[in-house]
Amino acid sequence: MCLVTAQLALDDAGLRRLLHGLPPVDQVGADARAAKLGTRSIKTTAKAEALDLAVRMVDLTTLEGADTPGKVRALCAKGIRPEPDQPECPSVAAICVYGDMVGTAKEALAGSGVKVAAVATAFPSGRAPLAVKLADTVAAVEAGADEIDMVIDRGAFLAGRYAAVAEEIAAVKAACRTNGHDAHLKVILETGELATYDNVKRASWLAMLSGADFIKTSTGKVSPAATLPVTLLMLEAVRDFRAQTGRQVGVKPAGGIRTAKDAIKYLVTVNETAGPDWLDPDWFRFGASSLLNDLLLQRRKLATGVYSGPDYVTVD
Amino acid sequence: MSETTRSSVRKTYKLYIGGAFPRSESGRSYTVTAPGGEFIANAAQASRKDARDAVRAARSAQPGWAKATAYNRGQVLYRIAEMLEERRDQFAQQIATVEGVDLTAAHTQVDASVDRWVWYAGWSDKLSQVLGAANSVAGPYWNISSPEPTGVVAVLAPATPTLLGLTSVIAPAIVGGNTVVAVAPDACAVPAVTLGEVMATSDVPDGVVNLLTGSTAELAPWLASHLDVNALDLAGVEPGSEMARDLEVAAAENLKRVVRPSAGYDWNADPGLKRMKPFLETKTVWHPIGI
Amino acid sequence: MANTGIFEYAPAPESRSVVDLKPSYGLFVGGEFVDGSAGSFKSVNPATEEVLAEVAMGDEADVDRAVAAARRAYDEVWSRLPGRERAKYIFRIARIIQERARELAVLESLDNGKPIRESRDVDVPLAAAHFFYYAGWADKLAHANLGPDPKPLGVAGQVIPWNFPLLMLAWKVAPALAAGNTVVLKPAETTPLTALLFAEICQQADLPPGVVNIVTGAGATGAAVVAHPGVDKVAFTGSTEVGRLIAKQVAGTAKKVTLELGGKAANLVFEDAPLEQAVEGIVDGIFFNQGHVCCAGSRLLVQESVAEEVVERLRERMKTLRVGDPLDKNTDIGAINSAEQLAKIRTLSEAGEAEGATRWSPPCELPDRGYFFAPTIFTGVSQAHRIAREEIFGPVLSVLTFRTPAEAVEKANNTAYGLSAGVWTDKGSRILWLAQRMRAGVVWANTFNRFDPTSPFGGYKESGYGREGGRHGLEAYLDV
Repeated sequence: MCLVTAQLALDDAGLRRLLHGLPPVDQVGADARAAKLGTRSIKTTAKAEALDLAVRMVDLTTLEGADTPGKVRALCAKGIRPEPDQPECPSVAAICVYGDMVGTAKEALAGSGVKVAAVATAFPSGRAPLAVKLADTVAAVEAGADEIDMVIDRGAFLAGRYAAVAEEIAAVKAACRTNGHDAHLKVILETGELATYDNVKRASWLAMLSGADFIKTSTGKVSPAATLPVTLLMLEAVRDFRAQTGRQVGVKPAGGIRTAKDAIKYLVTVNETAGPDWLDPDWFRFGASSLLNDLLLQRRKLATGVYSGPDYVTVD
Repeated sequence: MSETTRSSVRKTYKLYIGGAFPRSESGRSYTVTAPGGEFIANAAQASRKDARDAVRAARSAQPGWAKATAYNRGQVLYRIAEMLEERRDQFAQQIATVEGVDLTAAHTQVDASVDRWVWYAGWSDKLSQVLGAANSVAGPYWNISSPEPTGVVAVLAPATPTLLGLTSVIAPAIVGGNTVVAVAPDACAVPAVTLGEVMATSDVPDGVVNLLTGSTAELAPWLASHLDVNALDLAGVEPGSEMARDLEVAAAENLKRVVRPSAGYDWNADPGLKRMKPFLETKTVWHPIGI
Repeated sequence: MANTGIFEYAPAPESRSVVDLKPSYGLFVGGEFVDGSAGSFKSVNPATEEVLAEVAMGDEADVDRAVAAARRAYDEVWSRLPGRERAKYIFRIARIIQERARELAVLESLDNGKPIRESRDVDVPLAAAHFFYYAGWADKLAHANLGPDPKPLGVAGQVIPWNFPLLMLAWKVAPALAAGNTVVLKPAETTPLTALLFAEICQQADLPPGVVNIVTGAGATGAAVVAHPGVDKVAFTGSTEVGRLIAKQVAGTAKKVTLELGGKAANLVFEDAPLEQAVEGIVDGIFFNQGHVCCAGSRLLVQESVAEEVVERLRERMKTLRVGDPLDKNTDIGAINSAEQLAKIRTLSEAGEAEGATRWSPPCELPDRGYFFAPTIFTGVSQAHRIAREEIFGPVLSVLTFRTPAEAVEKANNTAYGLSAGVWTDKGSRILWLAQRMRAGVVWANTFNRFDPTSPFGGYKESGYGREGGRHGLEAYLDV
């Protein structure tokens, strides 16, 4: 049973009053704040630490129709040891795959500490009956997924059927705990389809109230995917949510973050918005594929003083 | 029984403050005479306290007058023209008497005054279009500048032409939403008080126009230094005079907007925007554009 | 586990090697640097107290020479040039400012103490934008809706403040030149260096000699510019106190005057406001440029129902402000411009405490040398307190509360100033209602401290008269 509807006995109208009672967001002001955070200049030791932290926060992702066990295994190897010749280079946080690849990934990552994240609930559109979504989730959890990345029903959200969205999240959360499992639930808002920052803020709160362990911007299949202002809003939401409820929720921007420079802007934003408590892979992740290699190139530049090139990092 | 000729009932010339016609609180009056020296009337001689009261009346009327729609203000000014036109002969008679001009010239001045009220009446709802701006700023902002009244304007009317002079300094100040304290000097008192009667019957809200009759030299320093007056029109002061300079210095204390007197000013010429602009503040309002 | 130490941000200093400072500077008169007839003064880096350069102290004789040069340039060259030719010089200046942006930014931060992020991202780009905007007007004056044949006034005497040295120069010089006037400019005593670099830019642009003249000096130099009988137009930005003196000085003359003076702006936050952005607006409103901003939102008026929450969010946000080396790209709050200004800020802050307001600053270490002041807020302030009435011109915010919109308006307007106001509410009709009632020349609704060359700026009441920026700013330099 959904936390919100159970505890507050809120229907759509009640949830609307609650969510629409949140302070509004001025788009231009939010954009300006994000842009300003983006002008922070991170140098030398701070940059080296930031790059390693960013590597540790990566959910290295492959979500292709053409994924094969071979591809997934290669990605897992890369995730465990991103720089084969540099053992001090940290592993990524997780490998993110479709549900049917969980077993393969789990096996490849065994003993590494790198987690397996599975997208579920009829990813990326989320357009399937609830039973199918739950079955999707249960299958991934049973196959050993440590984390489930679900998508919310944007149609229901945009139609104001907030209770349906909340109940679905709560149901998936319950499915994450099938048979004594305890997979972390990341709730993808697909902010690119929510259109407004007010909606992003409301969806963030709705997801958190419904039991999300993480709120995540995007599937990566819709443009725009993650943006700095949207992530800023979500960081504000988790900060305020913890202040009100005592429960800390993580944030995961996903899609479109390709450069180390971008990643550092996100980390600065985490630092100055939610605060240092979130500067940890347990509380902040990057959903990305090509980002990792740029982080590695920048690590090399910092270590050697010369610009590196794509031939010097592995392609997977 | 002998036949008696009927004596006329004379008008008492009083001040016009806050929509009422009080005597000077000082109880003083002065003799208005024609250029030839003939007695015309005893006019109330306004004191500094009358000036203070007039400023207070103007201040309290200002927000309401500014808030009235431009359409409404235009209609009120037009109504003044209507009332003036109806009293055409009365004003002509008074002008002829106090200025010592012939009736034809006096009528010409009344007509010019009526026309000037009509001209300014039409400006009320065009000022923001002519003086305002929609600014194309480099960013996601809606940004618009519009003329807003500066507040309370003290105007020192010229001695002559009496009615046209008063009209030409009062109308441009009030059309944009300011309220006025006008000093009508010396013999100007006669048409000024009659103009006050026109105001009182023209839907002009009380306090929007306040008329002080008496001595410019006595009243002007109090108005120029008054901290609740926002602007000063020195039309009735000799250009280049010590007095003009002193008043401007006094006005600087609270940074009043000052219209300096200009030599050889032609009251019959097209006034343009020159007397409206100084009493209008450009206010620029910004708002982000977003979803 | 949290990684608290990682984001201490290592220092990221902008290199000052781009700036080639000479040990001493003369006056810029008639297109050349000339020696002043009086002595000199030192311009100091307020962040380190090191002397940057010796600068000539212009006296009356120097001003007289500069006005004569300006008059000659006006009569013989500038007033005769077709607008399209004037335009090209001004465009050229705009471009050179862009080309030398980094140099100007570093020099501005060195001389003024403002963070490089602001000189780089605000002052210098906006200065270039102003020249760019007004350049385009030079050959379109007849279309400016200012009458059929607007004429320049002649020689403009311009006195500018130390808070935005180059930007205020641009606000003054660009419209003056576009309208066809020539200029004698007196930069502020504590920040003359970017104006002197601008003189070099005029040389690089081949601007005809005498069109722009720069006379450095102190208050007496500025007074000599204002008083000079050969000056047809006076433009001043600075304190209300000095503005008042200028208004008295020009009384009885034919000089046209514009004054952009002090302020004590109210920033109104309603309970339905976008609070997160409002907090940014409050921060930007009072801590931008160390609060050395005439239009700073120095009085926060917040609706009582959200006052506690807003102040709490503000405090949290203030903890992330970085105070220190202006040349560090991560510095948010740089140095106070002078020891004198620092003393004034301290005095007024102490008055705030003495009058019973509660003072708070985030924990932050201030550099040992230089003039620094921690960002500060006062809560429990009432309208009667000095810190709610007097312009502090520093990073000090007074927080007051209101209950109803009418009370907010009444308190906001309860000041002798009227330069700017801020309004934060999500309700459109209320924004317009408030904007109509604010007795201020600029009203920022759901934003604050935005500037643009197209946009008129200037105050009501004791904040001065005349507007700078836009078509209105052009009018200040024309006989229409």
